[in-house]
Amino acid sequence: MSAAQTETMAMGKAINAALADSLEEDPSIILSGEDIGQLGGVFRVTDGLQDRFGKDRVLDSPLAESAIVGTAVGMTYAGLRPVVEIQFDGFIYPAFDQIVAQVAKLQYRTGGLHRMPITIRVPFGGHIGSVEHHSESPEAYFAHTAGLRVVTASSSQEAYSTLRAAIKSDDPVLFFEPKAKYWSKGEVDRTVVRDLETAAVLQSGRDVTLATYGPTVELAMGAAAAAADEGIEIEVIDLRSISPLDVDTVAASVRRTGRLVVAHESQAECGIGSELITSICETAFTSLEAAPERVTGYDIPYPPAAWEGEFLPGVDRLLDAVDRTLGRKNSRDFMRGGAAA
Amino acid sequence: MSITTSTTEQLADEFDSPARLLTAEGVRVRHEILDEHVADLDLQQLADLYTDMVLVRRFDTEAFSLTRQGELALWPPLLGQEAAQVGSARALEDRDWSFGSYREHALPILRGVDIDRWLKVWKTTSNTAWDPHEHNIGLNQIIIGAQTLHAVGYAMGAQFKQDDSCSIAYFGDGATTEGDVSEAMVFASTYNAPVVFFCQNNGYAISEPTSVQAKHVLARRASGFDIPAYRVDGNDILAVLAATRLAMHRARTGHGPSFIEAVTYRMGPHTTTDDPSRYRENDEVESWKERDPLLRVERFLESEGFNVEQLRADAKTNADALAKQLRAGAIAIQPDPAEQMFDNVYSSPHARIERQRAEYKAFAASYEKAAS
Ligand SMILES: Cc1ncc(C[n+]2csc(CCOP(=O)(O)OP(=O)(O)O)c2C)c(N)n1
Repeated sequence: MSAAQTETMAMGKAINAALADSLEEDPSIILSGEDIGQLGGVFRVTDGLQDRFGKDRVLDSPLAESAIVGTAVGMTYAGLRPVVEIQFDGFIYPAFDQIVAQVAKLQYRTGGLHRMPITIRVPFGGHIGSVEHHSESPEAYFAHTAGLRVVTASSSQEAYSTLRAAIKSDDPVLFFEPKAKYWSKGEVDRTVVRDLETAAVLQSGRDVTLATYGPTVELAMGAAAAAADEGIEIEVIDLRSISPLDVDTVAASVRRTGRLVVAHESQAECGIGSELITSICETAFTSLEAAPERVTGYDIPYPPAAWEGEFLPGVDRLLDAVDRTLGRKNSRDFMRGGAAA
Repeated sequence: MSITTSTTEQLADEFDSPARLLTAEGVRVRHEILDEHVADLDLQQLADLYTDMVLVRRFDTEAFSLTRQGELALWPPLLGQEAAQVGSARALEDRDWSFGSYREHALPILRGVDIDRWLKVWKTTSNTAWDPHEHNIGLNQIIIGAQTLHAVGYAMGAQFKQDDSCSIAYFGDGATTEGDVSEAMVFASTYNAPVVFFCQNNGYAISEPTSVQAKHVLARRASGFDIPAYRVDGNDILAVLAATRLAMHRARTGHGPSFIEAVTYRMGPHTTTDDPSRYRENDEVESWKERDPLLRVERFLESEGFNVEQLRADAKTNADALAKQLRAGAIAIQPDPAEQMFDNVYSSPHARIERQRAEYKAFAASYEKAAS
């Protein structure tokens, strides 16, 4: 690939480019969401698209999430491929019924006679210091539902290529965008094609596998760099797809390292980490040299943002979990009375 | 001294132009339906309402600038909506419950909530703005429209207990399109619930003009649910007070729900992070300055020979004191220990939460150890 093919773009711009290129390429694509037109979205991710593609293809929808998704279902019967935006993670719940009971099930109910090419874009995650309902990570609800593909991205390139693939897919895809990374810049080659199922090994290492996705990938890379200073090699995996999980890639890594840490912002209970760890126990149990670890948001409602630094996984919590898998001194020693001294 | 009236205006239920008792020029006009509901109001009482509006405006602008200065995380300003919020708030009895959205700052101020505690929410150190049971105000909602169902549910409960209290739901023009709001109206109508739907049509839902939500007049929606609607000039505190009193009276006397559309204007941005220049012309904003809710009361009182200069000065003294308290309070807020994030997820200790609390504490302790 020649250098001329890549452009430096913030993740938000890369998503904008993916939407624009898709709209350009396929006249059946239509965008709908609150404030996405005239304003260009509250994060400006859809900036300029209404001007360029017109008000009939980029809809400033009334304020009703259930209707945004429900009408997208109807549009698929009219032969369209809707790409809808939910303004923030915490506002997806009014649409939950349409997503879970309709979007997820109609291919199955019609025995494959109707396809559901809907993309639902959802800015998600914390670290933005915002008020309630603006920092949640609801991906596990959707991963739990058969019939939905759930993907995310950790860089401008991944965002561009994954969204392009999501829009091309005949399946419904929830695309979770790590909003805290919208302004992070990276190189984008628009010719790079991604599928919706495979994870990527971002950095290889022989001691511990650290698997994560979305906003936590950067932290994992930071943890790997810090661990390297102590002579510990962390293999960092960007899961990219949350449903399905690329168990093969993670299992192959665990067979080399014998240790697994899974991290995400969403809570632990019945979460993506639980699912991945179970799958690894099922497929690579004999390779495990230590109990797998989860580093997640705690099992509480997203707290007031002043505490989000404590609530969300950080580099130190990741390293602490890595230490546990290696049997090194770690925070749990402080729980067993006396060890703290 | 009672308020004198001059000309007669169009009826509200025609919906063509919002019902009004005080024009932008400060002229008191007659209204067949609304007049009797403010007949008892004398000039001093109107002056008191003015003082309330000054107080609320000052509070709002101070919080707005504190946010711009980085002392608060976010602020949704009510600038321009003082008459709609104060007029409706003053039509309530203390025992009436209110369920509003993030922009409803007036009622909490008028009901005397602890400001330092409230501001923690906007400094993101707490979610608990006030004790709902102390002030009969549900915590302001960010999820658009959700609170309208709560208001109806409260009213159903009050009806069941025959305790003579009612509720009011505050929501915006944008909110009217959420399914929850339609469902709330269905329940209110079906159960004849003693509730008032108070819609502040401030022209915008973030960037979207009201025309995205409704082709005609929002108040007209209510008739589909068999709920009587009143459309008033939301910048006219007399009209708002009268209409809300009327609606509360209907609720309290067993006549069920009412819908009020208060036509007003959001003079500021949606929140401190918004840039309205992307979606509206400055001329539009300018044109609303003449319709300012405070200005018309001043003009009217002046025409009645009231000492407005004194009133203005007194109101300002009052408001400045509140602003000072607000500023000091906001700056002083410090986060509480993070371990408190595990509190109140459940009403009693919960195994999983307590295990995580212990893990968190151990982590924090080990971290401090490592850092020292
Ligand atoms: C369910 C839900 N969807 C979207 C949002 C994002 N949002 C916050 S305020 C707002 C506009 C609300 O407009 P309106 O109801 O007119 O009230 P206003 O802000 O004008 O007071 C939107 C879309 C939200 N808070 N909740």
